[in-house]
Amino acid sequence: MALRDEWHRARAVAWKDLTAERRSKAGFNAVAALAVTILVLFGFALGPDSEAIRAAAPGALWLAALFAGVLAFNRSYQMELDGGALEPLLMYPGARRALFAGKLMANFVFVLLLLVIVIATSLVLFQVAVPPTWPALLIVVLLGAVGLVTLGTFYAAMASRSRAREVLLPLLLFPMLVPVLLAAIQATKALLVGGAMNDAGAWTSLLVAYDVIFLILTFLAFDYVIEA
Amino acid sequence: MTSAVANSPFEAPKSGRWLLFGWLAFAYLIAAQAISIAISPPDRDMGDLQKILYIHVPAAWNMGICYFLVAIYSMRYLWKRDERDDLKAAAAAEVGTLLNGLTLVLGMIWGRPTWGVWWAWDARLTSTLVMFLIFAGYLALRAFVDEPERRAQWSAAAGLFGAINYPIVYMSVRWWRTLHQVQSTPDTLDPSYALSLRLNAFAILFIAIFFIRRRYEAALTERVAEHELQAAVLGGSSRG
Repeated sequence: MALRDEWHRARAVAWKDLTAERRSKAGFNAVAALAVTILVLFGFALGPDSEAIRAAAPGALWLAALFAGVLAFNRSYQMELDGGALEPLLMYPGARRALFAGKLMANFVFVLLLLVIVIATSLVLFQVAVPPTWPALLIVVLLGAVGLVTLGTFYAAMASRSRAREVLLPLLLFPMLVPVLLAAIQATKALLVGGAMNDAGAWTSLLVAYDVIFLILTFLAFDYVIEA
Repeated sequence: MTSAVANSPFEAPKSGRWLLFGWLAFAYLIAAQAISIAISPPDRDMGDLQKILYIHVPAAWNMGICYFLVAIYSMRYLWKRDERDDLKAAAAAEVGTLLNGLTLVLGMIWGRPTWGVWWAWDARLTSTLVMFLIFAGYLALRAFVDEPERRAQWSAAAGLFGAINYPIVYMSVRWWRTLHQVQSTPDTLDPSYALSLRLNAFAILFIAIFFIRRRYEAALTERVAEHELQAAVLGGSSRG
């Protein structure tokens, strides 16, 4: 019963964040445009040799999603901080983890949409064909997005309320995300540009382990972080 | 009239004995270095270059101890809410990051003539570098948050996560690529090298303990002063 109440609260928070995002539009469009720009810049840095570009595509697409996504994480608290709405939100009854779950879901949707745009653009720009194993790629993308969003949403709760939040969030987040990035990039590489299939399998299990560990830890620690 | 100390929940540290401990630690470090340089023969492949390992390897071991302390004190802070645990975690993180940097730089100086490159993307090197970046982020977080309770809770979470992440980072870069020689333990070495490594491991440990204590005392003194200032501004000697 209580769990269902929390689920309703989390869904309400996610819905509120996504509605605000949808109505303003500018936010997502700007971030998506930035992601595409980053991809183009990667093309300049690595190109124009099409073999080299194709080999680097998995790395470029995940980094573009990360660099653009990190802006979304800070935004998800910034809108409330600017409106003075975070304290009232915390005063609502119910556990704080419902708030975290809601923000997590909203950011997950945001990053997933971003990844769709980034991957579609990469397929075109980096001349990569859609592999026959695309359902496996979909799983890798979902797991990678969960990894990025879990710690991203968690650290943004701190960074967005500190001085120098623009630099602090990436500084805290990027080194912590090294396992997710390595695993997501390697698994994507195995699926997109070839490589042993069992490679992708091992990296996928690392992604699962990382996601589970940090989902549990962030839910346990979020109370401490948001109340301070 | 209440003494000024009563306005702070804890007393400022008295560091007399620890200063003596520090002198002894430094003297012991010098002795340990002298002994190792004297008794260990030049290595067959590396020559006298191997002497750098008497700081590099102990620094790496003690870096691990420091980060372990960060995790322990961070957890203890979240459990007991004693501000002093937060300051201890911070001091251990500072010394750990310092030893981490030392490990990296000495490793590079050693690697250049041995491997022919300053840097190799191997599992141990890369995960050590990632840990350095994680704890650089931890220290930046502390620097950018002014409110003490908020800083304590946030950095406890960040410190704990960073320490927990180490095995995952290590495993991921290990799968990614590996080249480092099997790590040194006293068992894999000639006895004269082993003795030198042990002596210096303890030397760096004592220095690390001394530094952690000093940084903790400095932070504690500052917090006591802030508590007293706050009490004075609020007018009165209310405990709190």
